[in-house]
Formats: sequence, C-alpha cells, structure tokens
Amino acid sequence: MSSTLGSSIVKKLLMSLSGLFLITFLLVHLTVNSFLLIPDGGEFFNAGAHFMATNPAIRVIEPLLAIGFLIHILYGIKLTIENRKARGSARYASGKKTTGVTWASQNMLVLGITIAAFLVLHIAHFWVKMKLTGDPLLEHTTITIGGVETEVENSYALVNYTFSYLWVVIVYVIAAVGLAIHLSHGFWSAFQTIGFSNEIWRKRLTVLGNLFAVLIGFGFSIIPVLQYLFYQG
Amino acid sequence: MENSINIKLKVWRQAGPKAKGRFETYELSNISTDSSFLEMFDILNEQLINKGEEPVAFDHDCREGICGMCSLYINGRPHGPDDDVTTCQLHMRKFKDGQTITIEPWRSAGFPVIKDLIVDRTAFDQIIASGGYVSVNTGGIPDANAIPIPKPDADEAMDAASCIGCGACVAACKNGSAMLFVSAKVSQMALLPQGRVEATRRAKNMVAKMDELGFGNCTNTGACEVECPKGISLANIARLNREFLKASLQD
Ligand code: HEM
Ligand code: SF4
Ligand code: FES
Repeated sequence: MSSTLGSSIVKKLLMSLSGLFLITFLLVHLTVNSFLLIPDGGEFFNAGAHFMATNPAIRVIEPLLAIGFLIHILYGIKLTIENRKARGSARYASGKKTTGVTWASQNMLVLGITIAAFLVLHIAHFWVKMKLTGDPLLEHTTITIGGVETEVENSYALVNYTFSYLWVVIVYVIAAVGLAIHLSHGFWSAFQTIGFSNEIWRKRLTVLGNLFAVLIGFGFSIIPVLQYLFYQG
Repeated sequence: MENSINIKLKVWRQAGPKAKGRFETYELSNISTDSSFLEMFDILNEQLINKGEEPVAFDHDCREGICGMCSLYINGRPHGPDDDVTTCQLHMRKFKDGQTITIEPWRSAGFPVIKDLIVDRTAFDQIIASGGYVSVNTGGIPDANAIPIPKPDADEAMDAASCIGCGACVAACKNGSAMLFVSAKVSQMALLPQGRVEATRRAKNMVAKMDELGFGNCTNTGACEVECPKGISLANIARLNREFLKASLQD
C-alpha cells in the first residue's frame, strides 16, 4: 500500500470520499434548516437545534466534519497546483474550442474557494456565537418537546435576526448557487473517482447530481430569502 | 461548389527543445478541398524547400488514422475541427476560403516540444513498458473458441483497444492528465481473461509510471473523451479507478 499512497488515484479518492461525506452533511443540514420554514415562531427549529447541540454523536461528528473539510480543501489545492504544473506554462494561441465540457468541471477550485470564504462568514454568524461567545439573542426559551416543557437556546432568534440583513441574504444565496455549481460536477465526479460509473451510470449520476445540486442550491437560498421577506417582526 | 481554397496558415516554428518558438505566417493558394490536412502541409513544405527554407517538422506515419503519430492542435482543438478523426484524416473541405488556420504542437508538460510541431511522446511508451502487455510464452495458435468471452466484454475491450496513443487526450486536458490513455490500455486487458492474470500489477505499475512522468490528476472534466479521435469512453477511467483501488486493497 505504501507505494500507492501518494498516487494520483488515492489523492482523488480522498477528494471523493471527503466530498461525499460533505454531501451527506449537507443533506442533514438542509433537513434541519428546513424547519425554519415552519411558521411556528421557531419552535420546531429550536427543538431540532437543541437535539443537534445535545446529541453526543454530534460531538464526534463535528470534529470529523472539520477534518473532512480540511482534507477536501487541502487536497483540492494540492491537486490543482500539481495539475497546473502537469499542464505546463505554454498556452494554446488558438484557445480551447473543445465543446461539451462543463464550466463547473473546469472551475472547481474557484467554486470551492467561494464556498470556503462563505464558510468563514457562516461559522462567525452561528457556530462562534452558539458554541463560544454566546449572544443575547440566544436567551433561553421554553418549548415543548414530546409533551415535555424544555428550556432551550433560542437559536431561531439568532437565525431570524441574522437574516434580517439584506446583504447577508445575498451572500448566502451566492454561496448556495456556487455550491450547487460545485456539486453539478462534484456529485457524479465523486462516483466516477471511486470507480462506480460506466456508460449507463454516468448518465444516471449526472442527472441525479444535477437534481441534487438544484435541491441544495434552491433549498439553501430559499430559506434566508423567505426568512428575510416573510418571517421578520 | 468550390473545390479549391486559399488559406493563411499560422504555424508554430521552434528550432529545438530549448529554443524560443514563434508563429510564422504562410499563405497557400489553390488548395483542393479534397486534399487532406497533411497533404496541404506537404504542399507547404514543398514550397518552402523550393524557396530554400526549412520545411515545417510535423509527425505523421500511416496517414490512415491507425498509427497515432499525427498530432496537430488546429484552431483550438486537437486534431482540428472535425469530430472523431485524426489530423491525417481531416480534410480541407472543413475549412473556408480565406480562413486563417492556427497550427500548434500538443502543449503539456509531459509532452515537451522537440521541433516545430513535433512533441516527445516517449512518456506513453514508458507507460506501456511498465505494464501494458500480457506475458505469454509464444507457441501454437490457441483455438479461438477455447476461452469463451461474453460479447459485451469483447466489444468493450475492442473499443478500448482502438486507442492509438496519439496523446490528444493529454493535449486537451487542463490538468495534463493521461488517464484516458492509461485507462484504455488497462481496460483492453482487464476485460479479457488473458489480461486478468497480471491485472493487479498492471494497474498499479502503469498508474505509478504515469504519476512519475508528471502527468496530472484526472478531475473528470471529460475534455479528453470529446477530443479523442477514437471515441475512447470515460467509462474506462472509472474502470481504471476500480482496478487500481482493488489492486491497492489487495496488499
Ligand atoms: C460543503 C462543501 C463541499 C462539498 C459538498 C464538496 C463536494 C465535492 C465533490 C463531491 C467533489 C468531487 C470529488 C471527485 O471528483 O472525486 C469535489 C471536488 C472538488 N472540490 Fe469540493 N466540496 C465542497 C467544498 C469545497 C471547498 C471549500 C473547496 C475549497 C478548496 C473545494 C474544492 C474542490 C476542488 C478543487 C475539487 C476538484 C478536485 C478533483 O476533482 O479532484 N470543495 N467537491
Ligand atoms: S485515448 Fe484517444 S486521444 Fe488519448 S491517446 Fe488514445 S486515441 Fe489518442
Ligand atoms: S498519421 Fe497515423 S494516425 Fe494520423
């Protein structure tokens, strides 16, 4: 195995597995976030957030998620640098007129950096306040979970307040679209990398990947937009 | 129907591997639209020789699309504007009267320029030498029906075997990756029982050689498949990934 560890395919495998792991995370994240659209003053969302915050599994998953992001970002940068070198410095004077190559597939790093930049802001908006500094908006509130009165942090208030700023909403929508474009190539590519593809599955995976990208892009955009438009005050 | 055209060529000229190259412009008139691209080049070179100038160096051999020697980057595409053909099978009828045609060598760090339009593709030979073969003791011709092979496998192996090693895949790739070539060479054998015997070693050695020679990491953009004159499928790359990962898990 040692001889194969530094191999291009193993590096790609790490990209693929970390990417697929991040994809599952996105699904869970979007599911919880969708509770924000229930017009109950945030009760259901607060229950969901409380469950996520107190669940011991999350304590294991959170560092895993950080590692996943780190591997994905570091290897993404490493691969891109190596590929630039392999390509060489000479460019075609007549340009590249190859048709049928998606823009996303050629710009994964740029899209990734957009996502990473957003991530910093996103973590500052919520994670830092919920886990480290605290925030007056998170003042405890009482909700009923399965008939039991429980005191929980009012995460909903913080989210709702954050999305009262138009610029925040715009940034979130841009990031969601960037993420969707990243996934429009990344989804099928991850399966191709682990070897799970052929003539038939490639078509299926691209369709599925595009559907998934639209779901993620639309889902993560519509939540802040609706929060801004209809859930204020 | 016009059957001869006048064209302007912008050709990359470079005296040697280390020399600084530049574009040189040539005008050609009365080129039959029935002539092939390389015949057009022959006419150009004949004129250059008659003028006492150095002819343009370019690779070619069979001129019937099977050897993989011809390798020109024409107007923004490897093997030019026609789909699924090699440069030698490209015809002048694909160009318009008065058109300027830009011709460049393959550009990728793995394929350094030797002279003018000729690049060094011995890296591909080295990859083949690292495992792209089946070791057999030659003997009598085996019976054709002795080893039954399912038709779909035979077809796919045959399709993979149609790779002529031209390098257009590398030339088109933004990552300078040789994965389409290597995947075709691994697949043509991985699909057949005769090739299975050495499959593990082959996948590992050929990928290791490919990496060692400085080819890039495939990010599945698919430019290679579009520009491959033989229509080699990306499905082969998925198979190579499978073969390689399986082989790595085995030890
Ligand atoms: C939630 C966030 C993200 C998800 C779900 C995601 C998902 C994916 C997936 C599935 C792939 C395909 C992997 C493959 O081809 O095997 C990929 C590729 C890539 N990602 Fe991400 N990604 C995310 C964030 C990022 C970030 C923050 C970066 C920052 C550098 C990044 C950079 C890249 C690059 C450069 C590639 C192409 C590399 C390659 O194909 O080998 N991604 N991503
Ligand atoms: S895969 Fe296609 S483009 Fe690449 S070397 Fe073989 S024939 Fe040429
Ligand atoms: S010269 Fe042999 S393939 Fe073109």
